[in-house]
Amino acid sequence: MYTPPLRALIDELGRLPGIGPKSAQRIAFHLLKVPIEDALRLSDAIVSVKERTTLCARCFNVAEGGELCDVCADDRREATTLCVVEDPRDIVAVERTQQFRGRYHALQGALNPLEGIGPEQLRIKELLVRIEEEGITEVILCTNPNLEGEATAMYLARLLNPFGVTVTRIASGLPVGGDLEYADELTLGRALEGRRLVEP
Amino acid sequence: MSLFRDQGVVLRTYRLGEADRIVVLVTEHHGKVRAVAKGVRRTASKFGARLEPLSHVALLLWQGRSELDIINQAEVIDHFKTIREDLDRVTKGFSLLEVADQLAQERHADKRLYDMLVGALRALSNVERDPLLVAPAFFMKCLVLEGAGPVLDVCASCGEPESAVELVAFDLTEGGALCRRCRRGRPISPEALALVRKILGGSLAEVLANPPPACAEEVAALATDAMEVHLDRRLRSVRSVAGL
Ligand SMILES: [Zn+2]
Ligand SMILES: [Zn+2]
Repeated sequence: MYTPPLRALIDELGRLPGIGPKSAQRIAFHLLKVPIEDALRLSDAIVSVKERTTLCARCFNVAEGGELCDVCADDRREATTLCVVEDPRDIVAVERTQQFRGRYHALQGALNPLEGIGPEQLRIKELLVRIEEEGITEVILCTNPNLEGEATAMYLARLLNPFGVTVTRIASGLPVGGDLEYADELTLGRALEGRRLVEP
Repeated sequence: MSLFRDQGVVLRTYRLGEADRIVVLVTEHHGKVRAVAKGVRRTASKFGARLEPLSHVALLLWQGRSELDIINQAEVIDHFKTIREDLDRVTKGFSLLEVADQLAQERHADKRLYDMLVGALRALSNVERDPLLVAPAFFMKCLVLEGAGPVLDVCASCGEPESAVELVAFDLTEGGALCRRCRRGRPISPEALALVRKILGGSLAEVLANPPPACAEEVAALATDAMEVHLDRRLRSVRSVAGL
């Protein structure tokens, strides 16, 4: 039904996260129609990201060609505050807030015992080394507010306790612009716990 | 194609596409169910955190032609907040979910397994009580439910009664407790053997209501071993977080 190269393309696209067989087929037929330059630009982008992008040796953010990442290389960033995230994508999200001036540590995942992901599979040892070597005084635990992310945060808080650093957890609560009546009980309960004084 | 109501415990979830999740539940009347929660990853989703693993929920589901049902509505019966917020309890909670996931069969109701899981989660969420024996007791009771309950009063190999021989070892592949002559597997103390008998002999509530005895760790290790033998696989949740 398909030519072998088309079959191969559909198979490869179908391996990408979030892309099912139907979407893979649709994208493949789209690529068949685009000019060769557009297709080459896409394939070059894929090759160059694989060749030139590595993980930062210090914080495991994405970095270029074996160097430190942009955040680690920027000496205007506060060197004593660390924001711990699961994934480099989360660094992008926190950076967009423009509210954080410290540095990051990307664990490369969260504890997920059901998938066999324990502390050994995450960059936790490296985090502990950084606390001492870099003289960190505050660690912000910015893992996802779900079961795995919370378990990871609790585990890290326990590990970090003997280091005498301030450990904080990001608040979780209601999305700005959302409606209270549609909030689920767990989220609303957390939001209540995290309430704060209103300045008159 | 039809709508149906059921209650269930969320075991696992997977990302699906841009904003959806596949939610795997063990339900009261339909066994293990895989269902799609549409839009659940959007911050404005009507489901919010209701379909997080561990949650005990009441659901309205749509069963179409696909093997995946669709979740229409979800209400929380219990979030087990005290389990989520305690590292020790949550790691034990993970192991309950893993074993339930292994034992539950798709679309095959097993009300006793469901009731035992909900009961174990309730016991684990009780902060007045020590959580150490909750998961081991659940494992042992699951083995009985599976028809793989251990022999405890006679030697599982030679059949000599406890009045005639001392039972000193335990090996589920042999069927349970073993006498000195037949011993294999792990050694078992008389106290641990007595505790396993109590757990399986209808005194579980009493066991869980009291502080765990000195042999509780031994029984916990034995129950994990036995469940791993029965499932013929490692319990990832127990092994990957050992030492947490
Ligand atoms: Zn870096
Ligand atoms: Zn014997």
